[in-house]
Amino acid sequence: MSVSKRIIPCLDVDKGRVVKGVNFLNIRDAGDPVEIAKRYDNEGADEITMLDITASHETRDTTYKTVEDIASQVFIPLTVGGGVRNIDDIKTLLRSGADKVSINTSAVENPDFVKAAADKFGSQCIVVAVDAKARNGEEGSWEVVTYGGRNRTNIDVVEWTQQVQEYGAGEILLTSMDRDGTKEGFDNNLVSKVSGSIPIPVIASGGVGNLDHLIDGIKIGGAEAVLAASIFHFSEYSIAEAKEAMRASGIEVRI
Amino acid sequence: MTRVVVIDYGMGNLHSVGKALESVAEFERVIISSDKEQLKQADKIVFPGVGAIKDCMAALSLDLRETVLEQIKNKPTLAICVGMQMLLESSEENDGVEGLNILNGKITKIKSNDHIKVPHMGWNKVKFLKDHFLLRNIPDSSFFYFVHSYCCLESSDALAETEHGRNFISALEKDNIFAVQFHPEKSQAEGLKLYKNFLDWSI
Repeated sequence: MSVSKRIIPCLDVDKGRVVKGVNFLNIRDAGDPVEIAKRYDNEGADEITMLDITASHETRDTTYKTVEDIASQVFIPLTVGGGVRNIDDIKTLLRSGADKVSINTSAVENPDFVKAAADKFGSQCIVVAVDAKARNGEEGSWEVVTYGGRNRTNIDVVEWTQQVQEYGAGEILLTSMDRDGTKEGFDNNLVSKVSGSIPIPVIASGGVGNLDHLIDGIKIGGAEAVLAASIFHFSEYSIAEAKEAMRASGIEVRI
Repeated sequence: MTRVVVIDYGMGNLHSVGKALESVAEFERVIISSDKEQLKQADKIVFPGVGAIKDCMAALSLDLRETVLEQIKNKPTLAICVGMQMLLESSEENDGVEGLNILNGKITKIKSNDHIKVPHMGWNKVKFLKDHFLLRNIPDSSFFYFVHSYCCLESSDALAETEHGRNFISALEKDNIFAVQFHPEKSQAEGLKLYKNFLDWSI
């Protein structure tokens, strides 16, 4: 055997509160990221990703405080993304207790930032988040998009992930913007194409609607880890159920 | 009061290590410091490390290096990740780096292939090769969290092994030294047990 496949729940946090609906029973405050992170930890989450979607940069201190609170109580890896623009942002996040930071738009706008970040902090904590959209009319071809998919960059996704890997990224968080929010499952052609062309782990994201989708992301897409938000937030499925289903399908997971 | 000093030489997720130790500490005081006096007064020492081994070795100034070597001669010491790697003889990372040569073994690059991704990132089973106080109450083949691209394949100080493509040494021990390639501070309940055992360990 080798390393287990991972399930990573994602928390979207705005001004220190979890948004996009979390609906747990037996939880005192459903908007509190710490409560929710603890819940996922108890259910067997392998890591937690927190995405800061706060539009304003002024509330950055709230973000750091949230990271610190989660990291003090949850002893599994924590990745933080959203608004990571420079070396100081990374330093503060790591000091607050993040284990990895995820860089998205800033990497596209300045690829050397990935290199500088990996050189300074090590590849193990630099995740490059890549938002991908199918190129119109081209089968099996995707381009990098930014600003939630509104901005097309004309950068080829496979070439881009190879480049950031060479620059020192330790992991790729790959989101299909065509599938995000659809509950139709991952774009496994995309996942498999990217995963097959780089040696570093790929986390599949975007489109999960049921447990079979998680299994497909690993078995068909070849992802090392699967990320989902809504199916766990609304208690449609627990992480424990997801892991049982994955194990039953023959995937090695931590239970 | 037992004083546990986490060596702060600028490399390592000290917050995580400190918080995890504090969460299981009862009578111990956890101090994160690069101060030589603090190290001399320490009862136990934690030696973390992340990033490139060359940077870690460079960050350990000559001055501090001497104190560390002196202090880890007899005191219970826990080395983590690159901290563990630094205690070995050498590493082939960064075109070859000499280690502190306290534990037996060399560090080599993990080879990737179609099924094996590098870095080895995630949860993997730790198989015990022998018994140790720090493994108390931890079931054999428990999962721990790993993040690394280099590993030790062979050592006469081996205590546990893990498979990623092939077997490598995931924990080593010798006298007062206990060293792990994984991150107990990120390994949930079993990781916290290991920290608790370290705090309870007397030699």
